[in-house]
Amino acid sequence: MKKRILSLAAALLLLLAVLPVPARAADNGTITVYNWGQYIADGTDGSLDVLAEFTKRTGIKVNYLTFDSNESMYTKLKTGGSTYDIIIPSDYMIGKLISEDMLEKIDFANVPNYKNVDDAFRNTAYDPDNAYSVPYTWGTTGLIYNTKYVDPVTSWKALWDKRYSGKILMFDNCRDAFGIAELIQGYSLNTEDPDEYRSVAYLLMQQKPLVQSYVMDQIFDKMERGEAWLAPYYAGDYLTMAEENPDLAFCLPDEGYNLFIDAMCIPKGCTNKAGAEAFINFMCDPEISGKNLDYLGYSTPISSAKQYMDPDMASSPVAYPDAATLARGLSYSNLSTQASQQMDSLWLSVKTSGSDTTRYLITSGIVIAVIVLLAVLLRVRSSRRKARRCRKWRETE
Amino acid sequence: MKRFNKVMTALVFLFLYIPMIVLLVASFNSGTDVAAFKSFTFSQYGELFRDDSLLRLLRNSILIAVLSSFLATVLGTMAAVGIHHMRARLRRLVLTATDIPMTNPDIVTGVSLALLFAFVGRLLHTNSILGFWTLLIAHVTFDLPYVILSVMPKLGQMDPDLEEAALDLGCTPMQALRKVVLPEIMPGVVSGALMAFTMSLDDFVISYFVTGSGFVTLPVEIYNYTKKPIQPKIYALFSLMFAAILLIMVVMNLLQLRDSGARRGRPQHDGRGAETN
Amino acid sequence: MRNRLLSAPYLVWVVLFTVVPLGVVFYFAFTDSITGRFTLANMAGMATYLPIIMRSIWLSLISAMICLVIGYPVAYCIAQASPTRQKFYLMLVMLPMCMSFLLRTLAWVSLLEDTGIINNFLRALGLTPLPLIRTNGAVVLGMVYNYIPYMILPLSTVIMKIDPRLIEAAQDLGCNNAMVFRRVVLPLSVPGIVSGVTMVFVPAVSTFYISQKLGSTGTTLIGDVIESQFKAAYNPNLGAAMSLVLMVLIFLCVGAMNRFSGTDGEEVMAP
Repeated sequence: MKKRILSLAAALLLLLAVLPVPARAADNGTITVYNWGQYIADGTDGSLDVLAEFTKRTGIKVNYLTFDSNESMYTKLKTGGSTYDIIIPSDYMIGKLISEDMLEKIDFANVPNYKNVDDAFRNTAYDPDNAYSVPYTWGTTGLIYNTKYVDPVTSWKALWDKRYSGKILMFDNCRDAFGIAELIQGYSLNTEDPDEYRSVAYLLMQQKPLVQSYVMDQIFDKMERGEAWLAPYYAGDYLTMAEENPDLAFCLPDEGYNLFIDAMCIPKGCTNKAGAEAFINFMCDPEISGKNLDYLGYSTPISSAKQYMDPDMASSPVAYPDAATLARGLSYSNLSTQASQQMDSLWLSVKTSGSDTTRYLITSGIVIAVIVLLAVLLRVRSSRRKARRCRKWRETE
Repeated sequence: MKRFNKVMTALVFLFLYIPMIVLLVASFNSGTDVAAFKSFTFSQYGELFRDDSLLRLLRNSILIAVLSSFLATVLGTMAAVGIHHMRARLRRLVLTATDIPMTNPDIVTGVSLALLFAFVGRLLHTNSILGFWTLLIAHVTFDLPYVILSVMPKLGQMDPDLEEAALDLGCTPMQALRKVVLPEIMPGVVSGALMAFTMSLDDFVISYFVTGSGFVTLPVEIYNYTKKPIQPKIYALFSLMFAAILLIMVVMNLLQLRDSGARRGRPQHDGRGAETN
Repeated sequence: MRNRLLSAPYLVWVVLFTVVPLGVVFYFAFTDSITGRFTLANMAGMATYLPIIMRSIWLSLISAMICLVIGYPVAYCIAQASPTRQKFYLMLVMLPMCMSFLLRTLAWVSLLEDTGIINNFLRALGLTPLPLIRTNGAVVLGMVYNYIPYMILPLSTVIMKIDPRLIEAAQDLGCNNAMVFRRVVLPLSVPGIVSGVTMVFVPAVSTFYISQKLGSTGTTLIGDVIESQFKAAYNPNLGAAMSLVLMVLIFLCVGAMNRFSGTDGEEVMAP
């Protein structure tokens, strides 16, 4: 027995010796990239493996991690563990990060490919000095629906249609969810009025019983298999889903839609700024951007990249809508801390509201009463039995 | 009555294993939909071995599990011996404190440690405190109760005169500890270590709250995988882990059977710290 | 004397990493998230989450009861088997515990979905598909599935320890099987029952993964809320307040159960 334990211990120690201890500080050869899920071509379906290509060209290895919403990325940065070299948030979140001084300025001397980025994406509202971010993609948010089960759709109100109850998906982040409700009610996407927030939250709570699930990346499986029929999501992902399920259609509703830009930034606390800038430079290479976005379906901010794309993709009205449609697009901007907090807490109350409060209170009240009754009864019975035994014992004495 | 029990047992085992069989079958499926079996293939296993990020995560998980269970075993065994010799009131206090990580749900332990690290991070003005060391600390913290509560009963069962006899015969306390106490409690130590290892390897909730970006363990990454379109190589990973753990358990069972069988066949050893169990 | 000092490093560890974090949770729960000053607002906010807390307790209690009812015969059967068989059965019970519960729960998702295995099977037979997933029942099923080994193991350990002579004596005194069970086995197995129910209730009430995967938008549990406070929205103060409430709740429930059974939480770990 002892020998066996010793040999087991020896084997474990050997295992330890063989496994290399994790490197704590990043050497010149690694960067950590924090991006949206399903947001880079990785070699599947014959696409370009972007990260492998980057490592091949620069020798820098990539540690690739994903998030599913701007808010969870922000939380991750705030709660520590922020050794990311590249993050790719959306426009309004970049504005928030800049205002909180959480980003490093990019040294554009190291990013010569920046010249390829279109003028339309420079000096944006969220980064007016063009110092902190370089665009990665842009796109639109619209309504995806399964034509086999759903009538043609033109309005965001379809997401409140009782006919499709239990087959509707909704955004699992407060900005996009509130945004849709704000558009329906005719408010600005960037309103900070508490009354408007409350009315929006009320509308979302009315939708909740019809919603199958609040999702982000889980949407792919659900829409492709027909588990759900109606969902708001991003145009690029619609193109990906439509390849698997041709019954799916996309529409940019009449009330308006969100036009967004996702851009690459370097957060403070990064360990390999030079590597990060090399990555940004690599992504601005028209060939890389073209092949990457050809696979993703999102739109490239680099026009010269279109020549590297499939011609169907480069001319797709979903990925590259005409100017008239683009004019209807609305962008998010950063909200004040107080408004953000209010939105957060209202969103939490939407997600946690339930219609069966009274039922639970009543049933739990009954159960507690029953348990207390049982305990009292048992106590009474056992004390009576003890008294009887004591009496019997005394009688026999 | 007995038949009812047996039928129930069979049903429960079926209930326990059917989902795992579903996953095993899905690992050989060429399609991504678990509900629709397209064709039989080994390609998912190939994908798994080609994916070095998953293998790196497996290595991370094993590393943390080995290190934390080792540390917890050493610390915990020392602690158990110390607690055993404490006065009753102090012992009860310490044992209550030991019970806390076990009676608290994982999420509360994870949250409390995450807040502690956030607090310390704020004091040290660093934003990147979560990482390998915080994860190790968290794992050791929730492994310790398993070790201690596994060793304590063995210490209680041990004949107290043995240690005194060793001291009378001229051992220093350290020698008495090493040569007499340790072999007696070794089964408890080993089972505690194994429990700690298993708990660490499969821990999800606590790791989820204290992990940083640099060092991620397998269960946390599997959770991230479940939030995206599911990749079937995860099922291949599951099948391999299932096979590995099944093998280890069967081997351990056979070894135990052989040990107890052999011991029944020959007279017990006694005296100088030999094969006891 | 020397022996007592051996526990010193552990004591330091416990204070640093078990006791102090609880204090930090207290601190965060009673602090305002922006200003950092003392406030009762977080705790007052708990009132709005009362239905969620009730739902969590209710579903976990149901799961614990189901685990008890289903697990008791299994534990009894294991306890009565021959030692070799016993080890085999115990191994079968422990094996799922060592496998990733994330993936096993996902398997249930594939089984229960509207386009999942069970419904595909029903559709193939020509029957109407059932809405199995995203119900309270699915969440309870997930809890029972994940935590039933935690009920079977302590129960079987305790039942195995029952002195068989007591059962013989009862039979000699004229009890039939039902009476033997009710008056001898059941009372003696109460510590195992309490331990099993605790070990099912505590993780079930604080789970977030099971309700996320198998539940609907209407079955948020307290674990979901805590998780979202730390991962999605950034409000650690609210999250800390909820964790505090959860801790106190569990402490009360477990204390009540222990008082009820008359033991002081005897350890019923593996022999």
